[in-house]
Amino acid sequence: MDMRVRHCLGQQSSGTQTPLSEYDQRLIQAIQHGLPLVSRPYAAIAAQLGLTEQDVITRIEHFKQSGIIKRMGVVVRHRELGYRANAMVVWDVPDEEVAELGRCLSQFEFVTLCYRRPRRLPQWQYNLFCMIHGQDREAVLEKYHMLIERCGLQQTPREVLFSRRRFKQRGAIYQPSQNDKENV
Amino acid sequence: MNILDRAIINTLQDGFPICERPYAEVAKQLGTSEQTLLDRLQHLLDEGLLSRFGPMYHAERMGGALTLAAMRVPEWDFDVVSELVNSHPEVAHNYERDHALNMWFVLATETPERIDEVIATIEAQTGYPVYNMPKQHEFYIGLRFKA
Repeated sequence: MDMRVRHCLGQQSSGTQTPLSEYDQRLIQAIQHGLPLVSRPYAAIAAQLGLTEQDVITRIEHFKQSGIIKRMGVVVRHRELGYRANAMVVWDVPDEEVAELGRCLSQFEFVTLCYRRPRRLPQWQYNLFCMIHGQDREAVLEKYHMLIERCGLQQTPREVLFSRRRFKQRGAIYQPSQNDKENV
Repeated sequence: MNILDRAIINTLQDGFPICERPYAEVAKQLGTSEQTLLDRLQHLLDEGLLSRFGPMYHAERMGGALTLAAMRVPEWDFDVVSELVNSHPEVAHNYERDHALNMWFVLATETPERIDEVIATIEAQTGYPVYNMPKQHEFYIGLRFKA
């Protein structure tokens, strides 16, 4: 067996969509709940799927390079880390200005997500969404006011939707196993 | 949570090596041992500070779909409706928010068509309209929380 530690890859580049083989799908399902916490996690997955460790490493590298896996790592529970307040801040921006304002908002490190989404008139007039997380509501509002000032959004219709309760938070599961269905 | 735990969380939000002994590699970077890193990760998962350790998939590149959806649910009916919504395995998370549209959830499905099916099912089960707001553009950002 080749005992050299393989060179570890950095961040993935983007790629195009390719059809997934049956093995790929089984691999995706095998690791979607997390990597095994053992010295050689890819070997453990390989044993489970009847593949070699090298197969698993090659396929996961491929998933990263093609962008199927956006990131490998930890998924934090932000509330448990002390980020008790989170607000979805929404803006009603003229369509031709969305790109510029979206780029402005997304440069702040406390903005954790920023999306353009469709309006749903008359119930919903907003088309630019961003998330701000903070230790408490005051901290979030302070950041919100900074966004208004720095991106020139004083005249823009907007709302801050604080979260009251969280019912469910997990990493998205794309291939529910029987187990998931029984547990919900 | 100790200093090492914080370092582990901050480091592993950025990525994880794909090689034969990835934990050993990360441990070296953090100045600790492989076994200590494995123990601390298990502890952080057990304590609920981490919900998961592994891959974050790109739904659309896998042929799947993601969306954000909202509902207007009267206070008296909120708990019943949230239970119905959360019972769908496709619901990745769900928040109550301060707004007339007071329930906001993310759907992650294996196929784009499934989004419409789940929304139709939720509307039929609850009797309330679901407003589907799929992303039209994602502005680049890293979702990171400094521990």
